Amino acid sequence: MRLLEIKDLQITFGGLDALSGLNFHIDKGEIVSVIGPNGAGKTTFFNAISGLVTPTDGDMFFEGESIVGLDPSTVTSLGIARTFQNVRLFPNMTILENVMVAQHCRTRQLLYGALFQTRAFKQEEREIRERAEEILGFFGHRLVGYRMDQPAFALSYANRRRLEIARAMATQPQLLLLDEPVAGMNPIETAELTALIGRLRSEWGFTIVMIEHDMKVVKDVSDRVVVLDHGVPIAQGSYDEVSNNPDVVEAYLGRPVEAR
Amino acid sequence: MSAHTISTNPVKRLISVDRFLTFIRIFLVTMIVVGFLAFIWQQIDADNPFARWRNPGARGLTGDQFKGLIVSGLSQGSMYGLIALGYSMVYGVLGFINFAHGEVFMVGAMTGFIASDKFQANGMWESNFLLCLALIIVMAIFFSTFTAVVMERVAYRPLRSSPRLIPLITSIGVSFFIQNFVLGLFGPATKSYPRLPEWLSKQRSIFTFEIAGTRLLVLAVAAVSMTALWYFVERTKTGKAMRAVAEDKEIAALMGIDVNRTIVTTFAVGGAMAGVGGILWGLMFRSVTHMTGFLPGVKAFTAAVVGGIGNLGGAMAGGISLGSAESIAPLIILEPLGVPGVSQLKDAVAFTVLVLVLLFRPSGLFGERLSSEDRA
Repeated sequence: MRLLEIKDLQITFGGLDALSGLNFHIDKGEIVSVIGPNGAGKTTFFNAISGLVTPTDGDMFFEGESIVGLDPSTVTSLGIARTFQNVRLFPNMTILENVMVAQHCRTRQLLYGALFQTRAFKQEEREIRERAEEILGFFGHRLVGYRMDQPAFALSYANRRRLEIARAMATQPQLLLLDEPVAGMNPIETAELTALIGRLRSEWGFTIVMIEHDMKVVKDVSDRVVVLDHGVPIAQGSYDEVSNNPDVVEAYLGRPVEAR
Repeated sequence: MSAHTISTNPVKRLISVDRFLTFIRIFLVTMIVVGFLAFIWQQIDADNPFARWRNPGARGLTGDQFKGLIVSGLSQGSMYGLIALGYSMVYGVLGFINFAHGEVFMVGAMTGFIASDKFQANGMWESNFLLCLALIIVMAIFFSTFTAVVMERVAYRPLRSSPRLIPLITSIGVSFFIQNFVLGLFGPATKSYPRLPEWLSKQRSIFTFEIAGTRLLVLAVAAVSMTALWYFVERTKTGKAMRAVAEDKEIAALMGIDVNRTIVTTFAVGGAMAGVGGILWGLMFRSVTHMTGFLPGVKAFTAAVVGGIGNLGGAMAGGISLGSAESIAPLIILEPLGVPGVSQLKDAVAFTVLVLVLLFRPSGLFGERLSSEDRA
């Protein structure tokens, strides 16, 4: 079943085509990597899906319904969550609060409940908290215990990345968009996170689109790889197919001199 | 030669500004220290040489007078604090100072007057005062909230993406608009609240403090409102959403938070606090005009800056410190220095406190928490 389908997506900033004629689809349960040189339009692609940028042209369907022109909070409540290349947390809120606030769109209790401390309200608060703790527990000992009540700015870089993923998980999405999840991590942390990305699918049932520059991670986790260059998809397929594709090699390394 | 002048001039000017600021710093601190020492000397020996020189006929303050100053400072200050919360919340979420917030307070006080006047006319004010009080508080909250929300929708939302200076200037315009709107509706005359029942306004003695019942009511209502607000912001879902929006609107939207609704809630809560403040003002001073919002608004803004703008606890603390300074400082610092007519210098004292805070601790007593760009 097609979870997300994108047809002829075009995004123009001024005279620059950040994306042009992008066709893309992802099925439930897949992990797809989007790669490409810097400036290829990968992050713009994520911005378009999550509603931060309105496409100039083209259509995007999530579970068969168009999501073009919806505002970011609606897209999130439909079931798409993302992380950012440059981690963007709520730095002054605690780790637990960061994850709890992400469940905002999944809660129903209004001010009335908070004012009068109704049973339903307390019940829901407890559920939100338990769920947040469960999600944080997914990352091992790193984000739980005393850390839960620390402000997010106190976290190490790698832990901020983990927290951002935890926060995206807490919006209870079907589709998770990860923008360079291992950027800036050391090899051990990278290996660990690679394993976690696999478990995000097998244990939590997320479908994942990932932008990544680390080719080892791309090779290890993705079912399919899409290569963008200058806003145009130049290749799709398994990692092995794509990595041997001459166009891809050219986009990354340039053309051999004698071929001119 | 001319190039030489151009390159040194700004530096020289900077140095002279620095010198001037240093002079102000030294002057203010010296004045406070000398005034305070003179006060203590005068308390010990009212007929000392310094007092004979500067303040002949000094009698010193009695304990009861001093307690009275503290009480009036606290009640005045908690009212500033209630208004300051609105400045601080809007600053925290949108990053600009809503100068029209004082008018929201005035709308609350005005609503209170109109309602209580009617209640008095049909006799309910005397027969069932508590019900009337509850009703005018609810009405003031309603109209203040309404004003704040409409203000956000009409004046500030269209300017959301423009530089912060623009909504700031707009807010001054909004302020004039509301003042003149109220002037047009109700005229320029000073309106007096009906007399409060004797059992409320009489002096009571609590822990040896002589407190007018009205001030007690002000303190109690302010404490309750502040606690409720703290609970709302720190513990409830909407409060968390509000803090999330304050930190990063785009990310908050990606967490499924409706940013517009959260901003409206912020204005509404700030407006409600100002409404409560307006009623308390009306009960305490029993008079209101269309200009009532101006001075308390500016003072509350001062209180928010003194406490560290963007910080709710700071706003309340700033309000209380400002109110206390305003009521105590004239008598314990200015009077012993021989300044004439000290009780009329309240406003000068309040803004001197602002100058002091800006000179010595520009981020305010409790400092604004750093923004995400500074920390992340």
